[in-house]
Amino acid sequence: MKTRDRSSLQESKRAAGERAWGGARWGKERGWGGGAKTVIWLGLGLTGEGRDRTGNMQMRIGTTAERRRVESGAGAASNVTGRDILRSCFRRCRRHIPEAALGRTESMSNKMIHSLFLINSTGDIFLEKHWKSVVSRSVCDYFFEAQEKAGEADNVPPVIPTPHHYLVSTYRDKIFFVAVIQSEVPPLFVIEFLHRVAETLQDYFGECSEASIKDNVVIVYELLEEMLDNGFPLATESNILKELIKPPTILRSVVNTITGSSNVGDQLPTGQLSNIPWRRAGVKYTNNEAYFDVTEEIDAIIDKSGSTVFAEIQGVIDACIKLTGMPDLTLSFMNPRLLDDVSFHPCVRFKRWESERVLSFIPPDGNFRLMSYHVSSQNLVAIPVYVKHNISFRENGSTGRFDVTVGPKQTMGKTLENVLMIIHMPKGVLNMTLTAAQGIYTFDPVTKVLNWDIGKITLPKLPTLKGLVNLQSGAPKPEENPTINIQFRIQQLAVSGLKVNRLDMYGERYKPFKGVKYVTKAGKFQVRT
Amino acid sequence: MKPMQRLLQLPVSAVNLIKPLCQEETKSPVLTSEGGQQNWYNAVQPDELKLLKASPEPEHQGEEPTEPGQTQPIRHDDLKEMLDSNKDSLKLEAMKRIVAMIARGKNASELFPAVVKNVACKNIEVKKLVYVYLVRYAEEQQDLALLSISTFQRGLKDPNQLIRASALRVLSSIRVTIIVPIMMLAIKEAASDMSPYVRKTAAHAIPKLYSLDQDQKDQLIEVIEKLLADKTTLVAGSVVMAFEEVCPERIDLIHKNYRKLCNLLIDVEEWGQVVIINMLTRYARTQFLNPNQNESLLEENPEKAFYGSDEEESKQGEMDAAVLPKRKPYVMDPDHRLLLRNTKPLLQSRNAAVVMAVAQLYFHLAPKAEVGVIAKALVRLLRSHSEVQFVVLQNVASMSIKRRGMFEPHLKSFYIRSTDPTQIKVLKLEVLTNLASETNISTILREFQTYIKSQDKDFVAATIQAIGRCATNIDEVRDTCLNGLVQLLSNRDELVVAESVVVIKKLLQMQPSQHSDIIRHMAKLIDNIMVPMARASILWLIGEYCEHVPTIAPDVLRKMAKSFTNEEDIVKLQITNLAAKLYLTNSKQTKLLTQYVLNLAKYDQNYDIRDRARFIRQLIVPTEKSGVLSKYAKKLFLAQKPAPVLESSFKDRDHFQLGSLSHLLNSKAGGYQELPDWPESAPDPSVRNVEVSEWTKPIGREKRKEKVEKPFYSDSEGESEPTESADSQSPTASESESMSEIESESGSENDEESDEETKSDKERKKKAGKEKSKKQDESEDSGQSEGEEKTVKKHKEEEESSSSSSSSSEESSSESSSSESESEGDSELDTGKKSRKTLSTAKPPPRPLETKQKEISLLDLDDFSSPTTFQSSPSPNTLPKSLNLDLQGLTLTDTTLLSEVSSPLLGGVKTYELLHRITGEGLSVEYYFNRRPFSPDHTMVSVQMQFTNNSEMEFRNLRIAEPKLQSGMRLQGFKEIAILQPGEVTADTLGIDFCDSTQAANFQLCSQTRQFYMSIQPPVGELMMPVFMTENTFKKEQEQLLNPSAGKLMGMNEIKEKLTLPEKCRSDQAIVQKVLSTANLGRVPCGLDNEYRFAARTISGGALVLVTLVTKEGGAAQLTINCEKMVIGTMMVKDIMQALTQ
Repeated sequence: MKTRDRSSLQESKRAAGERAWGGARWGKERGWGGGAKTVIWLGLGLTGEGRDRTGNMQMRIGTTAERRRVESGAGAASNVTGRDILRSCFRRCRRHIPEAALGRTESMSNKMIHSLFLINSTGDIFLEKHWKSVVSRSVCDYFFEAQEKAGEADNVPPVIPTPHHYLVSTYRDKIFFVAVIQSEVPPLFVIEFLHRVAETLQDYFGECSEASIKDNVVIVYELLEEMLDNGFPLATESNILKELIKPPTILRSVVNTITGSSNVGDQLPTGQLSNIPWRRAGVKYTNNEAYFDVTEEIDAIIDKSGSTVFAEIQGVIDACIKLTGMPDLTLSFMNPRLLDDVSFHPCVRFKRWESERVLSFIPPDGNFRLMSYHVSSQNLVAIPVYVKHNISFRENGSTGRFDVTVGPKQTMGKTLENVLMIIHMPKGVLNMTLTAAQGIYTFDPVTKVLNWDIGKITLPKLPTLKGLVNLQSGAPKPEENPTINIQFRIQQLAVSGLKVNRLDMYGERYKPFKGVKYVTKAGKFQVRT
Repeated sequence: MKPMQRLLQLPVSAVNLIKPLCQEETKSPVLTSEGGQQNWYNAVQPDELKLLKASPEPEHQGEEPTEPGQTQPIRHDDLKEMLDSNKDSLKLEAMKRIVAMIARGKNASELFPAVVKNVACKNIEVKKLVYVYLVRYAEEQQDLALLSISTFQRGLKDPNQLIRASALRVLSSIRVTIIVPIMMLAIKEAASDMSPYVRKTAAHAIPKLYSLDQDQKDQLIEVIEKLLADKTTLVAGSVVMAFEEVCPERIDLIHKNYRKLCNLLIDVEEWGQVVIINMLTRYARTQFLNPNQNESLLEENPEKAFYGSDEEESKQGEMDAAVLPKRKPYVMDPDHRLLLRNTKPLLQSRNAAVVMAVAQLYFHLAPKAEVGVIAKALVRLLRSHSEVQFVVLQNVASMSIKRRGMFEPHLKSFYIRSTDPTQIKVLKLEVLTNLASETNISTILREFQTYIKSQDKDFVAATIQAIGRCATNIDEVRDTCLNGLVQLLSNRDELVVAESVVVIKKLLQMQPSQHSDIIRHMAKLIDNIMVPMARASILWLIGEYCEHVPTIAPDVLRKMAKSFTNEEDIVKLQITNLAAKLYLTNSKQTKLLTQYVLNLAKYDQNYDIRDRARFIRQLIVPTEKSGVLSKYAKKLFLAQKPAPVLESSFKDRDHFQLGSLSHLLNSKAGGYQELPDWPESAPDPSVRNVEVSEWTKPIGREKRKEKVEKPFYSDSEGESEPTESADSQSPTASESESMSEIESESGSENDEESDEETKSDKERKKKAGKEKSKKQDESEDSGQSEGEEKTVKKHKEEEESSSSSSSSSEESSSESSSSESESEGDSELDTGKKSRKTLSTAKPPPRPLETKQKEISLLDLDDFSSPTTFQSSPSPNTLPKSLNLDLQGLTLTDTTLLSEVSSPLLGGVKTYELLHRITGEGLSVEYYFNRRPFSPDHTMVSVQMQFTNNSEMEFRNLRIAEPKLQSGMRLQGFKEIAILQPGEVTADTLGIDFCDSTQAANFQLCSQTRQFYMSIQPPVGELMMPVFMTENTFKKEQEQLLNPSAGKLMGMNEIKEKLTLPEKCRSDQAIVQKVLSTANLGRVPCGLDNEYRFAARTISGGALVLVTLVTKEGGAAQLTINCEKMVIGTMMVKDIMQALTQ
């Protein structure tokens, strides 16, 4: 009797748990028996399926290619209606969800992140994690709806209110990170955290992609478990996490399969307890090295006539520190006054910066971003490249002319490398027949993006790209000339003139190997034509 | 293979759905989906595939691959077997697969019994994965979950803090109501655990328990109260989080911890910072007065206009406010100031959420003049991910309405790039529009012109609206904008034209009379524009202003009557409107037309239009039946209509706390805590006072910790020590100064308990003054009875070390009022006393000296020379020297003999002028070599700088910049001098590593406006530090130096020179003094009468410098200098010769 009791109890518990799964089950458990079952299933089951398998649904009619076909092509009417039916089903079922899935009112004060869903670009939920009670996947439908409305992934609003939850999403590396929250939380808090998750995954697997997450799903899960406790961030420093869960390496995975040992650190992390939580204890290296990469990006808008509308320099100093023990470093600049606005890794002692303009810190182990800075005064910003452009479309004709030349300017004797030009041509452009004096160009007639990979610019030869533009005949000529986006790279130059003066180490006795590298890149560099 | 793939293609959820259903249902067209679900195939782990392949079960190749009801349990059996095995590796493999299932949203609850058995597994990874599983499914399998509880209870008692913590963490994550009492007990126990990490976990557990059982609230609040008092940074963030979830309304719990939280804030981890800052914003809103309440008063002070956004200036403002309490009734509560000051550095955080939190705190709490500091940081965030941009821009949009000036300098950062997502573009546009003013409108409009050509039509429409808003807000450009918009009417894109028409309509409504030509132009457009909204707008315009276009209007109506049937509904409505209006004004020409239109409308499909037609007909066409109304028809139709107000959708959004979810959505989100309004009168600030005794209980560990933490958040002033500022209201030096002045005015008061005064600010000041004077007393007392004062230990250290001299001015002011011992006296008397005191500290009785030495070694040497020391000292030229003397005696404790030798001679220290007050525009700078080791870098020469402000205005932000140094030389600047008042004298030390050369160190001294080029060239004698040695060692070293075996010519290391001493310079005393004043040497005791030996080491190279002077009869003497650095030797000889012979 007792055992039976237990099993029946179990049964109902499971049922309770699966309530969230869908109307069909729910309906059944509620006691519509026998003959009614089929009917209910047809009615609600569809919705249930729609909700639970939104991913699937999305795939069926929702892959991007197909969607486009639906939009552009004729004879897609049946498809559209099919989708409409499904959507109306969403709406119908939404009325049911709250009672079914959110019937528990225990969560009246859940302030932090409730659940996390990872969704790929085809709308497939490939990972879910709940820190509190389970939130049904169906909540993502609201997200899909917003995504459809937005068109491009960039335009999906970061915060989507739903009747009982709020969805906060970030888009990175073709993955949507959708966090479910239930009540007031600063949105940036969640967004920042989601990005931190992505960064951690990148740190662990080298890339943050769907494939790498799927390959390491257990490690990802363990990481998420450590990063949040009850929805509140617990350990987000990668140094601590790495002590808790070792990142996978080829060697280790081989060893693990042979010996059966695990990725989880067998010592408990001590970093969390210390005063400097970003550094793990007991670091040892045979070669002690400290490298700093000073990378500056020029953000600029150049107007038609070639004058600078807006220019500023965004710089970061990334460090790769492999030093034994507990070194205390002091990095000083030749010209720290140059820096307009700075932000630091938490390890940097702010007061020292305030008073002496030096960076004094006990570094985390490994790679990290020491500081980022901003040089805004415009006259300080040298624009190292110029573009001569002549893009014109003939009135009522079906052709246009395209002629672009790039050249270096104010590069302080350095060469421009990895020069790449990306131009979004107007919609009316059908094709382009060009000749490039240097490099390779591609034009995608679907997205209307012209890519010109120039490479290194060696004087005196200036790279040009010219030829004809084929326009849709009959259509009016495009009104606007396209904006040119340029990417480039200059090695061994910090365009702001920032120079690291010296690096001193205290607290350890060995002599580390030190190195500084300067790179200037184009940030958001646009030329209006 | 193929059927199996089909199996795998089925989504997990579908599998779960289907499971209980019968076969035919599974074949339903809905579920047997079309192929091509490659993704689900991918989603399956390779190892699972392998397993499937390897599995001997026939079902996999069977007839019913879509029937998972059979396959799943079998796979689970397999997992169960693995879990039951003895091998950890098998268990691990099984757990990994189970977790992978959970991650993909598969239901693995059936495995619960098998998994829960492994909760006590030794393998740590298995254990962790079991925890993951347990937390996920415990809620559904409550009774089974209970089996695991004992394991955690055991874990709670573990000696290892991390195990205790993790046990509590998992235990509290199991959402099973039955264990609430156990959890409660565990939390209570953990809250008083030794380890701060366990206490942190306890704080985390509180909201978990609360969400499980809200009846526990009262007990939980007790725990929260206890944890709030915790002094570690680790706990602070988590407990405030718990506070916010459980009892955000219990603001009274914060009082006692307010100052501590403020002081710990900078060392709390990032996420905790966000929570604490948001909570403190709310707290401050209830406890302090609005700093902007008497803006008018601030504005009447002309200086304020220059104050801008700089912090120093605001501090200045604050000081002013303290000094002149009668003129300005508002004085910021020091606690309010503390919060603002301690959050400001966090604007530099890498975490966008922290920056935003600080920004909203400043926006909601700071005086207007100070809010500006956040603009830069917010603009920086615009470089971040697009989601961050989105949120930040929303907030900037709200802020920019209220405080336009703040973002105006950053206008260009909001320029739009073609690659921005549309939602960002629109927000940037919003900000740009908010920032538009008379001065910058031309640039903004030029920018808008480029946007109008964009390919993104939604964005173009938004731009046109933005132009419209600019035009309404700024009268000067209204015509320009209007013309620009009219030009857009000939745009090829219909959307653009339509949007322009709509905006023009709104603009014209403001001043229609002047723009009849535009209306005419638009009337022409009606033939071309097809967008209904635009057509309707044009018709409305013509109808409304038909008097201005009397000839055209009827013609338009004629045209429209022709096309009436083909128009959209809104256009039709406007046509009837136009007809009615024309009929009223110009019935002669349009009567027939109107009737025609009304007839058409009467039979329209749309009932709105039919209704309208009927209504209008009754109104305008006079019939017998239509009573009084038709008389008023003209008034009804042609009434003056108010012009529409174009305003931002972000207006008044700031009643939501910025940065919050509610603000972003512009609607109240669940759990949102309203930002309270400022109170009318400030609540009693004394609630935040913490008993001193409670704070100074010497808990060794805590103290040490604080000391370690100090460098992370302390600045040079005394305000930094967290305990100090918390218990003694630590006013900044300048504040205390002014306060003690006030105190002296108000007369002495020794009653500690008179807290019940109504004028809170005055009371506070008095209190501060009192505390100050009390401390003063303490420090004076301590001269007589040491060791008695255990309280305020640190302060005492400071005061004592620099005691008498540093606080001279304070004494002079506070003496009259507070100190009982001091008699009334003028300042001369005072200084006399001072020197007496100095003497007494210089030669204290032996026992105190020992204790003092200990204390000094703990102190940062910087403290001695901090600017406060010299502030407004009465005799700036003599005092620092005597102070220095005093310090010398204290600092060189390990070489007492030496200090004895050298200190009497320091009276003759040469000061050099670095900046004359004329070239410095009133700022003069002098320096001298104070011959103290420079901390923290002992290879630097310590240069004492003294700044005097001889001008009428103050100097701000004095600092060293751009040192131009010879290679190898280093310079360590002093801490920026925030402000130098007129007549004020301040001193600070500079460290320069001259690399043992007499090359000058060039640098710039920057003030807020000017830069002065400076150069310090050290006399060779200052490049060394005295060394104490005996005569024997001296001789040994000398031989060493002369030893040719070192491979050097011995002549190189020795320089001899003969000289004749003048009359007055033949006594021992005179010779020693002359030599020691020339160079920083240490005297070596010498056996012979006519020999003088001195020794030193160069500061950066550490090379020995040995000086021997042998006098002979009649004033003749021989000077020998041994030094391996030849240059130094030669120069030394020259210098000493010069000193002795003059």
